[in-house]
Amino acid sequence: MKREVIVETTTDFIRKNFLFDDKVNLGECDSLLGAGILDSTGVLELIAFLELTYGVSFKDEELVAENFDSIAKIAGFVSGKIGNPVG
Amino acid sequence: MRFSPEILRIDVETQIRSIAAAIQSQVHEILRRRGAVVAVSGGIDSATCAALCTAALGKDRVLALFLPERDSSTTSLELAKQLAESLDIPCITEPVGEILQAAGCYARQDEAIKMALPEYESGWKFKITLPSLFSGDRLNVPRLTVLTNSGEVLTRRMPAHAYLQLVAATNFKQRVRTMVAYYHADRLNYAVCGTPNRLEYDQGFFVKGGDGLADFKPIAHLYKTQVYAVAGALGVPREIVRRTPTTETYSLPQTQEEFYFALPYEKLDLCLYGLNHNVPAAEVALAIDQPAENVERVYRDIETKRRTTLPLHLHSLLKEPVPELESQKSSLVQRGAKG
Repeated sequence: MKREVIVETTTDFIRKNFLFDDKVNLGECDSLLGAGILDSTGVLELIAFLELTYGVSFKDEELVAENFDSIAKIAGFVSGKIGNPVG
Repeated sequence: MRFSPEILRIDVETQIRSIAAAIQSQVHEILRRRGAVVAVSGGIDSATCAALCTAALGKDRVLALFLPERDSSTTSLELAKQLAESLDIPCITEPVGEILQAAGCYARQDEAIKMALPEYESGWKFKITLPSLFSGDRLNVPRLTVLTNSGEVLTRRMPAHAYLQLVAATNFKQRVRTMVAYYHADRLNYAVCGTPNRLEYDQGFFVKGGDGLADFKPIAHLYKTQVYAVAGALGVPREIVRRTPTTETYSLPQTQEEFYFALPYEKLDLCLYGLNHNVPAAEVALAIDQPAENVERVYRDIETKRRTTLPLHLHSLLKEPVPELESQKSSLVQRGAKG
């Protein structure tokens, strides 16, 4: 799956569920945690969405800011998971 | 001066006199109530509040309420009774388990847990925990821990909808307790005393309409370390002072650290103070014996919790202000402050 598709789908999910406003700028590299877009419940919802949408599963040790703090990081991490589902 | 735990040292006697004066003014002059109801849990915060109210209003003007339910420990009830005895204040035990049962609190909890753990059986003990802030850059993802009847410990990440339902069902506990506290407050023409310390108040560690709802909150400005100092000077029983802060929210024993704060209160107090006073993370790091990057992580976590729980502090939002009431409210508060 193309990285661009993951970026688009994830951005759309975050907009609809956490921003509630199409006009707010949301850059690929914006910090989702630092900007307060995701709280702990939001993180749970995002993880569930990604696991269901892309058929991947995340280990506890993978649930770190480095993998989930921006749409760019999420897209990179999920792309890697799809390419290497065991890891 | 080098940043150290000393920074939180307060003149305890002055602090007690100042809080007692504020309680008198708030209860009698602003709220126009005769006394105060304090829900006493057996923990340090409610014990300190009960002792402060007693110092301020007199022992015949404070009612201690014990509100146990299915998941409350007997130790907590014993300690709460010990406190009321030591303060020589009236007390009432009102078990709230039947109200919670009728509201579906426990059944809804069980239903939520089964969403994450289908083999769960009613009666198994459980709790929710967060990873430690010092265990790397872990996201604050809550986990469900269950103890089976055979002693096996099972841990699962919860789906979001299950987690939200479990929290929502559990919040009945704080809301029912507040409802009962207000019953007694209304009956006696008393005010309800809220018992959060600064960490809890700042970080949104309360239930809106539950323990977050009260007429006055006399220790919300005190760091937890300072609450212990005040408690010691007020003669709060040692067993309460020595006890690890717990939540008593879920059926498995659980510290506040693993449920919400993810850090021992002594360290979190210093981090919160450091953040509030623009102390560089590296200085706080030396005081709590941690790398600076850990303190920076805590600073970020404090700011995130503060931001995401801010709506809990808001009163009902109005489409337009009602200026007549606003001006009367401010003059009432100002009169009380002068009194």
